[in-house]
Amino acid sequence: MAEPFLSIQHVRKSFGATTVVEDFNLDVAPGEFVSFLGPSGCGKTTVLRMVAGFEEPSAGKIVVGGKDITKLKPNQRNVGMVFQAYALFPNLTVGQNIAFGLKVAGMPKPDADRRVAEMLDMIKLPQMADRYPYQLSGGQQQRIALARAIAPKPKLLLLDEPLSALDAKVRVSLREEIRSIQKKLGITTIFVTHDQEEALSISDRIAVMYGGKAEQVGTPFEIYNRPATKFVANFVGTLNVLEGKVTDAASGKVQVNAQEVSLKGKLNGSKSGDTLSLALRPEAISLGRQPGHDTSLSGEIAEVHFLGSVIRVRVGIGGNTVSLDTFNNSATPPPAVGDKADISFSSGDMLVLH
Amino acid sequence: MTDLSLSNKAIAGKTAPPAEARSLRLPTQWLGVTPFFIFAVMFLILPTLYLMLGAFQNEAGEFTFANIVALFSANIVAAYWISIKVSLASSLIGAFAGLAVAIAIVRGGLPDWIRSATLTFSGVASNFAGVPLAFAFIATLGRLGLVTVLLNTLVGLNLYAHGFNLLSFWGLTITYVYFQIPLMVVIIVPAIDGLKREWGEAAATLGATQAQYWRMVVIPVLWPSFLGTVILLFANAFGAIATAYALTGSSLNIVPILLYAQIRGDVLHNAHLGYAIAFGMIFITGLANIFYIWFRTRSERWLK
Amino acid sequence: MKAGKFWAWVVFILGAAYFFIPLIATVEFSLRMRRGVYSFDAYKVVLGDSQFQATFIFSVVVAIFTILLGVLIVVPTAYWIRLRLPQLRPVVEFITLLPLVIPAIVIVFGYIRMYGSNSPLPFLGSNLGANALLVIGYAALALPYMYRAVDTGLRTIDVRTLTEAAQILGAGWGTIITRVILPNVLIAVLSGAFLTFAIVIGEFTMASLLNRPAFGPYLQNLVANRAYEPAALSIIAFAITWGCMSLIQILSRFAPRSANRPN
Ligand SMILES: Nc1ncnc2c1ncn2[C@@H]1O[C@H](COP(=O)(O)OP(=O)(O)O)[C@@H](O)[C@H]1O
Ligand SMILES: [Mg+2]
Repeated sequence: MAEPFLSIQHVRKSFGATTVVEDFNLDVAPGEFVSFLGPSGCGKTTVLRMVAGFEEPSAGKIVVGGKDITKLKPNQRNVGMVFQAYALFPNLTVGQNIAFGLKVAGMPKPDADRRVAEMLDMIKLPQMADRYPYQLSGGQQQRIALARAIAPKPKLLLLDEPLSALDAKVRVSLREEIRSIQKKLGITTIFVTHDQEEALSISDRIAVMYGGKAEQVGTPFEIYNRPATKFVANFVGTLNVLEGKVTDAASGKVQVNAQEVSLKGKLNGSKSGDTLSLALRPEAISLGRQPGHDTSLSGEIAEVHFLGSVIRVRVGIGGNTVSLDTFNNSATPPPAVGDKADISFSSGDMLVLH
Repeated sequence: MTDLSLSNKAIAGKTAPPAEARSLRLPTQWLGVTPFFIFAVMFLILPTLYLMLGAFQNEAGEFTFANIVALFSANIVAAYWISIKVSLASSLIGAFAGLAVAIAIVRGGLPDWIRSATLTFSGVASNFAGVPLAFAFIATLGRLGLVTVLLNTLVGLNLYAHGFNLLSFWGLTITYVYFQIPLMVVIIVPAIDGLKREWGEAAATLGATQAQYWRMVVIPVLWPSFLGTVILLFANAFGAIATAYALTGSSLNIVPILLYAQIRGDVLHNAHLGYAIAFGMIFITGLANIFYIWFRTRSERWLK
Repeated sequence: MKAGKFWAWVVFILGAAYFFIPLIATVEFSLRMRRGVYSFDAYKVVLGDSQFQATFIFSVVVAIFTILLGVLIVVPTAYWIRLRLPQLRPVVEFITLLPLVIPAIVIVFGYIRMYGSNSPLPFLGSNLGANALLVIGYAALALPYMYRAVDTGLRTIDVRTLTEAAQILGAGWGTIITRVILPNVLIAVLSGAFLTFAIVIGEFTMASLLNRPAFGPYLQNLVANRAYEPAALSIIAFAITWGCMSLIQILSRFAPRSANRPN
């Protein structure tokens, strides 16, 4: 990476005796959009609040634009922040909310008014300047909050689960809007979420967090296809986990429900007789034998869910259940529960979890 | 009675069946709240109206402004004046001190137990009025009170020689503040709790100093509840009688004591003047409330 | 941050001093009845006084009847307003707030003029009637507190859903009120009840003007005539108020938590 714009270095945070964030490291390039993804309580907010200056790191430092800001007060950091609960000032109109940061910075009123109008246009709510927050829907309030955060041209935009309080449709459209505004302005952004689909769809890179640590940092493609740890593999995307028994460690042969699978040297260190967890993404599996798939397993259809364009099928293979999706095809009726079925996949898609 | 309802039903039945269904349902709808309204009318509204009307009548029951005019005699005006002064002073002192205490316990970073202990104590002290309160202050700041004596012996400060008197405007005010502060705390703490932490953080990230945040957000947001509570405290002090009566007997001429004496013994020798005094009391507390409502609707468009 | 905490302590300590010194002074004074040593003589004298016992019991009985009357008026009304007549809410709330605006002395003055022995409704013509009028007056004074407590209780349990659920299960109105609503608002009702008790037990104005042998006028009379006993009684009164408020606090821990606001 070129010179990082934001650099979080060896940051640790403890509250009393409990350590909430441990040795957290992350470099963010200028204009990059990085998501923190992880389950609730894993320390995402805490890292974000340290970047914003609301919490002081117990150790480590935070550098923005080459300057150490670890000791700087929040109101001197020039970061914009958007909160889950909108946090609009209830006593101010939409226009006054957006102008808040401009006003405290001493911008002359005509300039501030122009900037507010520009912001309202950007979030596509040009008529709303005189409304009060309680008169707006959640999605509108969150867009105002975004405009308020961006109006003073912050160096860094921090969003803490900004979409969690919204309903599903708004969530999808607003995340795309946030991303396109971010791209247009080129503002370096950290976006906290516990929703993997959200993170995968809009991020340049994702930091998957667990227990106060960054388990893996990478592009959505890397995170999804080459999860570095069992946690990442499990947390990101749907994953089928099968129990396998190593039969021949040297040639990479494993048995799943007494059916042989050849893994070619990915067993790193397992001995014959060990049990392993093997993982497969649903989209890597086909029902029936497919050209290009070198491995197949036989089982029995356990569940069939018709979801419209796709049909989700669960196939039992001994004690394991494998989920896979097939496209709906009006010519072929879906398989029936209890039918014998084969599944096939490419052994290269099978991951060994550690 | 029976006749009337029957004929009503008959008429309704002939002309408009849906209306019948409505007229049948309406009474049962209202049945649930009837006892409340009967109670309110008989024991809250009518007695008050009776006095209000009486204030504008003479002995013969004719309409007159004479009673209201008579309120403006020096004696009665002085009583109103001292009542207003004590109520205003005690409600303002109580309100600001209560606000300070509330902010200290909610936002001051004090241990949690202090907050809950203060809230419980406030619940107690806001209901601690009348004779026991008066006596507590006699035991504290009376001529032989603990603080009076201690100040005299330890510091050599003789409060009473310096013009302090518990049976005076300031004495009464200090005593009233004892229930005013806790009342403020009890009412305003939920309002302060309602200030979201994120507002302060949003303001900080937008570059605001603590002072700017208070000026632009906290004070405007708290102001309506604060003003409403001040009005309530004012009314609370304005109508209070037991504390003042126990403290001063009838040596301090506040309105409720004047009215009390009038009710007991017609000291004004004019029953309708008593009504006029009652009218004046409601007029003042009512005015304070109307001011509050007006202010609130005018300036707080952001309130739902 | 540091400075803020310092000032918070300063405010708290000043406040604590203002509130505790009068209590300490009163306790100290109440113990001084016997010359030269601290003793509980004042308390013994007060508690042994037959007039104290009579007036105190009278006030307790009045308080109990006030609570019953208050519950009878407030619970059905608050329930009905939540369930069927939300359009009446502003009117009812306005009325329940009136006693905070109309001083007690004015209310009782109205009673004396309207319900005197020569009036069509001569409450004050008999002892029983006067006692009833006192209970009524106290119920009016306690109305704002009782109503708010019960209404808050009803809000947290979502009466409408509960009622509809009970109706679907075939419950009649009697069952709904006694088996579904009351148990759920019991805590709120009890909070209102203890608050009412605290207000009523030492009330002076109404009792005195209606010439009732209540605890408040007795106290008032004692202040004028005795030195140490009133101090002992003040402490007792404070303890009673404290007891009521502590009970409310304890009760609130058992109150049902609102479903939509978990904290
Ligand atoms: N001020 C605090 N004091 C003590 N513990 C805290 C504090 N703030 C957060 N925590 C704890 O730190 C952990 C991580 O919190 P947080 O960063 O909010 O997680 P996330 O945002 O990923 O859900 C949680 O277990 C939380 O309880
Ligand atoms: Mg969080």
